[in-house]
Amino acid sequence: MSRIVDRPSRRFVVAGAAAGLAAPFLMRHEALGQSSFNWKRFDGTKLDVLLVKNPRSDLLQAHEKEFTALTGIQVSSEQIPEQQQRQKAMIEFTSGRPTFDVSMLALHVQKRLAAKGRWLEDLRPYLADASLTSPEFDYADFAEGAVGFGRQADGSVDTLPHFIDFWMVYYNKEMFQQKGITYPKTMDEMFAAAQKLNDPSKGVAGFVSRGLKNANIPVWTSWMLGQGMETVSATGQLQTDTPEAIWAGEMYKRMNREVAPPGTVGFNWNECQTTFMQGRAAMWLDGIGFATPLEDPTKSRIVGKVGYGVTPPGPKGHHSALFGDGLGISRTSTKKQAAWLYMQFMCNKGNQLAMLKAGAGSPGRSSALANPDAQVGSRFSKEYFECLAASGKIARAGLPQIIPVTEFRDVFGVGLTNTLSGADVATELRKATEAFKPVLEKSEQG
Amino acid sequence: MTDKALPETEPTHGGGTHLAPRRYFLFALPALLLMAAVIISPWLFTLVMSVMEFKVGGAINFVGLGNFTKLASDSRFLESVGRTFWFTVLAVVFPIGLGTAAAVVFHRQFPFRGLLRTIFIMPMMATPVAVALVWTMMFHPQLGVLNYLLSLIGLPPFAWVYDPNTVIITLVLVEVWHWTPLVMLIVLGGMAALPTDPYDSATIDGASDWQMFRFITLPLILPYIMVAVVIRTIDALKVFDTIFVITQGGPGTASETLNIFLYLQAFQFYNLGYASAVVMVFFVIIVALSLLLLYMRQRLKWNAA
Repeated sequence: MSRIVDRPSRRFVVAGAAAGLAAPFLMRHEALGQSSFNWKRFDGTKLDVLLVKNPRSDLLQAHEKEFTALTGIQVSSEQIPEQQQRQKAMIEFTSGRPTFDVSMLALHVQKRLAAKGRWLEDLRPYLADASLTSPEFDYADFAEGAVGFGRQADGSVDTLPHFIDFWMVYYNKEMFQQKGITYPKTMDEMFAAAQKLNDPSKGVAGFVSRGLKNANIPVWTSWMLGQGMETVSATGQLQTDTPEAIWAGEMYKRMNREVAPPGTVGFNWNECQTTFMQGRAAMWLDGIGFATPLEDPTKSRIVGKVGYGVTPPGPKGHHSALFGDGLGISRTSTKKQAAWLYMQFMCNKGNQLAMLKAGAGSPGRSSALANPDAQVGSRFSKEYFECLAASGKIARAGLPQIIPVTEFRDVFGVGLTNTLSGADVATELRKATEAFKPVLEKSEQG
Repeated sequence: MTDKALPETEPTHGGGTHLAPRRYFLFALPALLLMAAVIISPWLFTLVMSVMEFKVGGAINFVGLGNFTKLASDSRFLESVGRTFWFTVLAVVFPIGLGTAAAVVFHRQFPFRGLLRTIFIMPMMATPVAVALVWTMMFHPQLGVLNYLLSLIGLPPFAWVYDPNTVIITLVLVEVWHWTPLVMLIVLGGMAALPTDPYDSATIDGASDWQMFRFITLPLILPYIMVAVVIRTIDALKVFDTIFVITQGGPGTASETLNIFLYLQAFQFYNLGYASAVVMVFFVIIVALSLLLLYMRQRLKWNAA
C-alpha cells in the first residue's frame, strides 16, 4: 500500500482519475435513486424531443446521457432556430400527429395557441401521482410568477417553466462613473441620464434598444408596465391607445430617437448587444438572457464594467417584463409517462442550477436563484444575481396573453417604428389598434 | 412524315411496327404523372386555398373571391406590390448596365484578364444568405466597415438599410454586387459568338470604337442582353432571402416586398387562404412579365431582323 502511495503505478493513477471524474455522477445517481421512486420503469423507451436552438438546449442535450443512465430511456432531440421551431410546432401540433413527445414552447408567444389547439398534456394529474413524480422533484420550488406565467386560463398546467427571462437594464458602470451619474431611480431619470451620457461626437449613445418592428414591442411594453398597465386587459380589451400606452410610446420614441445611436430603427437585440459590448452605448434595455457575451473577453470590450439594473419604476408601476419557455408533453404522444420523467429530470434542482451557473439564462426554480453556489466561479458579478432576484419579484408578462401574438407584434411594431421616422405616436397607436382589433376579436371567436 | 397522317401501324426496317402517336402517350405518362404530382397539383391546391378562409388551427370556410377583394383594399399589400416593382426595376437595370459594360471590358485582351474575370464572378458563387449576413455586418451604422470607409474620405456616416428612405436602394446595391457577374457572363458568352466581318468593314470605313459598339456590338448582343433581362427580372421579383436576412422587410414596412408580405401571411400569421391568394396574384404578375419579356426577346432575335 505504501508503495502505491509513494510510487503509484500508471494504471492506479488512471483508475483513480476515472473514479474521481465519475464520482459526481455516481453520487448524483445515488441521490436521485435514494428514494423508492422507480426511475427505471420505462427502461427501453425512446423519446423524441423538439428544442429551440439556444444554450439552454445545449445543456439539456448534455444531460441526456445521464438521464439515459438513470432511466434507460433513450432521447432523440433536435434543436431548431427559434422561428422555425415555432413554425414546426404549430404545423405538427395542428396536424394532430406531432413527431415529438416533448416540445419546448415559447410561453410569451404560443401559450394561448397551445391551449386553443389542445397541444399539450395537462401536467396536474402527473404532479399528483406519487408513482410518477419523484419526491425530490419539488414542484413548489418553481417561482410563483413563473408558474403563473405558464398556467392556462382554465387552470391547467401544460408546461414546466424551464426558463424565465426578465427585461432589465445593462449599463456601463465606467461611463456612469466618468459622468458622476448614479443608476436612475425612475424612467424619467433614465432619459435624463441617457441625455447626459449621450455623446455622438465620440460615437457613444446614451441608450440603445430594439427599433426593428416586431422585436421592438417588449421595449414599448416595458415602458407601459411603468404605468402599471399591460397592452391587453385581463378581460381581453386592447389598451394600446390609452394615455398610458401613448406615454409609453412617447418614451419609446424619445429614447430611441434622441439618445440612441443612428439606425436603431433597424436594430434587433443582436445589433443592440454588439453596440453595447463595444462600448458604444451607456445603457441597453433587454432580456437578461443576453448577458453572457458581455462578460466574455473574446467578444466584449466592457468585461467587468457591466452593471445589471432592475428596470426602473414608471409613474404608476414598477415591473420587469417577463418572458419564458416551458417544456410540455404532446397530448397525442404514446409515451407521456416516460416524457414526464424526462421533464422532471431536465427541470430538477441540479440541472436548473447548472443552467444558472453556465450563464445560459434564468431558471424557473427559486432554489437555483437562492443557491449561493450559483455565484461560485460564475463570470457574473453579485449584482447580476441580485438583479435576477429583484426582477423576479416584480415580473409581469411582457407580451399580451392572446392567440395572435405575432400579428400583434407586427402591427404595433410597424406603428412604433414609424414613430422613429417622426410619425405621431398617438396617431400610429390608434391606427394600429384599429387594424388589430378585428384580428383579436376573430381569434377569440374561432 | 409531317404532312401525312400515319397509318395505325407502319412497317419498320426491322420488320416490327411503329406505334401510333396516341400510343406514344403511354411512354410520356410517367413524366406527365410526375408533373401533375409535383407541379400541377400544388398549383390547383393553391388555387383552391385562395378561395378559402383558412388559418392554421382554425376552421376552413369558402369565401369565393373574398381574399382577392380584401387584397385589393389592403394598403400594405398594394404598397408591397409597388415596392416589388421598384426594387425589380432597379435590380435589373443596374446589373444589366454594369454587367454589359464589364462584358465589353473583359472581351478585350489585357494582362491578367482571366484572373480578374474569375475574381469578378466570385460574388455570384456565394450563397445569398451568407452574402446577406456579411452585408448586414458591413451596414452597421456604428461598427460597419462601410461607414468607416466613408469616414476615411471625410464623409458623414450613412444610414444604409437603417433608414426607410435608403433601404431599397441599399438592398439593390447588394443585388447588383451579387448578380452583375451573371449578366457579364451571359453577355460575354454572346460577344464571343459575334461575327468579325462587320468589325472589319467598320474598321475599313474608319468607324470609332464607340460607333462600332453602338451600331454593331450592341444590336448584335441585344438578344443576349434580353436573356439576362428575363433571368434577372424573374430573380429580382422573387428575391426573399437577401431582404429577409438584412431587414426582415423593415424599417417598418419600407422594404416589405411581395415575398416578405407573403411569408408573413403564410408562415408568421398562418393565414394560408389569404397567402394563397397573394401567391395567385404573384403568379399572374410573373407569368405576364415573363411573357412580355419573351415576346420582346423574340422580336430582337437576329433572324427576326
